[in-house]
Amino acid sequence: MFHIYCPYCEEWREEEEFHPKGQAHIQRPIDPESCSDEEWGDYLFFRDNPRGIHHELWVHAVGCRKFFNITRHTQSYEILETYRMGETPSVTAESVKREAIAAAASTATSESAEEVRA
Amino acid sequence: MSDIKSDLNPGTVNTYDACPGADIAQESPLAWSYLNSGAPAPGPSSRIVMREQAARDHLILRGGAIVIDEAVRQVLGINLPARPQQLTLCDDGVSSLQWLSPDEWLLIVPFGQAYNIELELRAALGDASVAISEVSGGQTLLELSGDADALQQLLMKSVIYDTHPQHFPPGKGVTTVFAKTSLILRRPDDSRWELVVRRSFADYVYRWLLDAGDEFAIGVIRDGAQQGASA
Repeated sequence: MFHIYCPYCEEWREEEEFHPKGQAHIQRPIDPESCSDEEWGDYLFFRDNPRGIHHELWVHAVGCRKFFNITRHTQSYEILETYRMGETPSVTAESVKREAIAAAASTATSESAEEVRA
Repeated sequence: MSDIKSDLNPGTVNTYDACPGADIAQESPLAWSYLNSGAPAPGPSSRIVMREQAARDHLILRGGAIVIDEAVRQVLGINLPARPQQLTLCDDGVSSLQWLSPDEWLLIVPFGQAYNIELELRAALGDASVAISEVSGGQTLLELSGDADALQQLLMKSVIYDTHPQHFPPGKGVTTVFAKTSLILRRPDDSRWELVVRRSFADYVYRWLLDAGDEFAIGVIRDGAQQGASA
């Protein structure tokens, strides 16, 4: 039993109803005629394979049949967020990094405070 | 039909009446299944009764919710189900309108009415960017009624969606996986469930239901074989 939240159906649905469709937010070159072969090749064939936060395109194939985005952690497989097409993700690799740094800083300050008290 | 067409069709869209006429008998998608798999008659021990509502026309409406809502209120006198998974029944007790996706609705009307309703909707919609497709030939409506507990157990065996009354109250409908196919599962009221099944999968679903409903002594009411005659 593994459920994914569909932002269009606005409820949690069984994973069997969904299909992954690869990397999200791929920008087509604005002027394909004048872009280099390398740029076009990157756009057409090359995909990110990050360790950590990855934004993916999924489709609710049996259901509303709408495409939407999932932010997923490729190590833990945890789904951090689902959001509609055209929206910007609130969880990104940068935001996770910032939070990690902030969390580390707050534990460091509490530890140093404890040291002072001792 | 021709006078209706000239009055209501604005002329920008090519429409045609897909119904061959009420005097021409039509085969239900289950005609062969009744012959091949049989149709056990409902008896006193039957806790579930299955019935094909073949005498229905199905229309898919696609477009913006606001324009379609206005047209639907004008033509059918109901509000568009704008919330996800919402199912709205019309006053006639037969027609219904269901949310399928943010820009897609399924309208089910009595047999033979689809063309007139399509023309009226098109007239009401004017130049709005919408699509209305007649899909009656591609799907059929199966109705399950009877003991609520038995119905829920039957569905629990068949669909992956949670059919608990708390999660699936009357007035809800979802597209989901049923056995190894997909269908639209809807609950018009407390005592009935409706399955909108693809024509090509109707036999599979029918046989699955006969098998799964065996322990509840499922019975089949047959009246859908002669669609034209019943309309």
